[in-house]
Amino acid sequence: MSESVDPGVGEAVTTGPESAVETTEGDVLVEVEDLRTYYDDDSLFGAPVKAVDGVTFDVRRGETLGLVGESGCGKTTLGRTLVRLERPTDGRVLFDDIDVTTLSGEALKEWRRNAQIVFQDPDSSLNDRMTVGEIVREPLDVAGWRSAEERRERVRNLLDTVGLQEEHYFRYPHQFSGGQRQRVGIARALALNPEFIVLDEPVSALDVSVQAKILNLLEDLQDEFGLTYLLIAHDLSVVRHICDRVAVMYLGHLMEIGDTEELFADPANPYTHSLLSAIPEPDPTARKQRITLRGTPPNPRDPPTGCPFTTRCPAKIRPEEFADVGDELWERVEVFREVLRERNRADLSVRQRVKRLLGRRTQYDDVDEVITDLFDDAPVDVPEELRGHIGEAADRVRAGNPGKAVAYTDDAFSSVCDTEKPAYYAVSGSGRESFCHRHGGGYESVDDVVERKRSNDGLDV
Amino acid sequence: MATIDAPEDERETAGVGVGRGDEPLLSVEALTTAFYTDRETIRAVDGIGFDIHEGETLGIVGESGSGKSVTARSIMGLVESPGRIEPRSSVRFRGEELTDLSEKEYRTVRGGGIAMVFQDPLTSLNPVYTVGNQIKEALRLHQGLRGEEATERAIELLEAVSIPDAARRVEEYPHQFSGGMRQRAVIAMALACDPDLLICDEPTTALDVTIQAQILELLEDLQEERGLSILFITHDMGVIAEVSDRVAVMYAGETVESAPVEELFRSPKHPYTQGLLESIPGRHPDSDRLRTIEGDVPTPNAAATDCRFAPRCPEVFEDCHEVHPQPVAVGSGDEDHHAACLLYPEDTSRDAAVEHHVERKRERTGGEGE
Ligand code: SF4
Ligand code: SF4
Repeated sequence: MSESVDPGVGEAVTTGPESAVETTEGDVLVEVEDLRTYYDDDSLFGAPVKAVDGVTFDVRRGETLGLVGESGCGKTTLGRTLVRLERPTDGRVLFDDIDVTTLSGEALKEWRRNAQIVFQDPDSSLNDRMTVGEIVREPLDVAGWRSAEERRERVRNLLDTVGLQEEHYFRYPHQFSGGQRQRVGIARALALNPEFIVLDEPVSALDVSVQAKILNLLEDLQDEFGLTYLLIAHDLSVVRHICDRVAVMYLGHLMEIGDTEELFADPANPYTHSLLSAIPEPDPTARKQRITLRGTPPNPRDPPTGCPFTTRCPAKIRPEEFADVGDELWERVEVFREVLRERNRADLSVRQRVKRLLGRRTQYDDVDEVITDLFDDAPVDVPEELRGHIGEAADRVRAGNPGKAVAYTDDAFSSVCDTEKPAYYAVSGSGRESFCHRHGGGYESVDDVVERKRSNDGLDV
Repeated sequence: MATIDAPEDERETAGVGVGRGDEPLLSVEALTTAFYTDRETIRAVDGIGFDIHEGETLGIVGESGSGKSVTARSIMGLVESPGRIEPRSSVRFRGEELTDLSEKEYRTVRGGGIAMVFQDPLTSLNPVYTVGNQIKEALRLHQGLRGEEATERAIELLEAVSIPDAARRVEEYPHQFSGGMRQRAVIAMALACDPDLLICDEPTTALDVTIQAQILELLEDLQEERGLSILFITHDMGVIAEVSDRVAVMYAGETVESAPVEELFRSPKHPYTQGLLESIPGRHPDSDRLRTIEGDVPTPNAAATDCRFAPRCPEVFEDCHEVHPQPVAVGSGDEDHHAACLLYPEDTSRDAAVEHHVERKRERTGGEGE
């Protein structure tokens, strides 16, 4: 592991998304300020999906910024919002100092030339009834770019640029392999000479040997045309290879952002640690110790009040009163809370509801079994106070009210991670930042906690 | 027809792991599965062979079109028309030949000895039944358990695949489960048959990495507890490195290389394997450009008379267009590492090596197939 530089530890760079993150290095092309994109998908549940929930960052001219995270974290929505395929709910996107979130009509159309997107799935993003030539020419036609003859000439050049042949002009996408189709998508994105391209999982549908060719092509094009990329990907080895900086996203928030090599070699945020440790390495002798996260990410309609990662974080800060409870027992408390949340979340089937209304509880609807598993069989003694809280929560479940049980445990066991949003802290000399209370001083460092977790992982309940 | 698995004498020692030297649990020989359409015949799997011993994980890795998924379906007896397993193919499970079983007989094998986990858990789960009922159905069919007893066992199985609050979740429907939980439920269903061999076809490809990590860990634990053998099929070299004891690399329907996992990654011998490993980002952190393999994967639509990789191979020489390479030990004293490439065995002259392949092919096919 590389030496970590920790100049500003303990000092929040920002006090939250209100103030923009300062970037000193490089010329900024896109400035994203406290951007939020919420969806109202007309469901009965009222609350909107908070896909992007307050992100602030810059994209520097000529760089490749990677945006990584798991499905549902909001990375695709963020990318689509930057090129105005989605309308943000709040916040600003400054593109060469112009706020593009408010553009409309002719001005929007004009600006769109400058910001393009390449989609993941070349199959569904290319119209199969059009020839390759027509597909690439379409943006030129729409923009009314020069004469028809010049447009055709431009398309031929573009095909050549992305490594296709002139005779491909009159073929249809389905006659092409996945890699070739992605080349068509790239040629189309380049048609109007954009400065900025969002690459949304451009190689994840491709075989590794084909993927390598497309990645090489993207790098060549960047050099040749001075392009700026935002690369959305879930494959971290691709990101490490091609990106200058990386932003790690979880549940609508940026958890960490900074220099790629630094972030991979010495991650600061607990989520980055977990994500990196989960990647299987193409090296059978690498015996790294994984941090296995429990459960799945929370529902983005109802994200935690505090840190978005709080329900799964392996480094979560304990409430003070329970500071001396052992790690293993505390993990059991967290699992208990996860079970309660799950129960509260699972929308009951009609049959289950009917049983409940009739007062007949479903046969195994019994919280005692969970408590027996977790606490009675625990290899350590459970202190009275803890047991008291668990009993209180269980009473609420037995009364048919898992929501109240969740609220009770939230209250009894909550720490700063549950109640307050962290700030962004500088975690290195190069301006890398991480969104976590542990950098704030007074807490054990993320590295130390994570190290301990790795060595005594393996609680199986 | 070509029969290109490694010769008997070499196969004896080909197993790694617990059962080494014993009778293999699964033994595949000269397996050829072809798809017949009006226009062409595609030999999706073309004469492959391998063994899996008890407690061992064999990883099969390949790109799309390599035939790896068809291999799995062929073993499971799930090849559908216009696909057909060709005569002379052999799949033996615990010594019993499976390729001549009727569909009904196959069902007992699928219920008892071999179970399969697919990439998309929803293909294995019925949306209108609770997860518990589906596991109970499997228990009824394969273990004759019913009622209370089956419910208890279903809960135990969900617990075995680390689904928290199993007693409660057994009553829920597949849509109430997250993607990772669904895949766990499918694995629980597979375990309901108490299988000896679990075939996993890209079981984590649709999952996020943190969830993938959970599932890989689960499979590892189950294997340890139950002595399961696993055939793990994936395109992901990282996953292969993590789960396999032994690896077989497939290209255009054939096994081009097989070796113990560490050996394969440390010292890949077949030019295709070498190219594949080189094209993974991150294996050469210092080099800017990724190495690539020129050209595309061919569709195997006739019996091979040459090396199918020849048009893309950086090492190609004349004989490669004339001789169909057979899996041979890459060098003497390396009986565990096979490559189907005319450059091997590497400790003989090139002419002798080529001659070795020609002879081997003659032995395998008894002069047919040319
Ligand atoms: S703020 Fe708390 S929950 Fe969030 S990442 Fe940091 S330690 Fe974990
Ligand atoms: S047999 Fe010839 S063409 Fe085929 S992999 Fe070996 S060297 Fe390359």
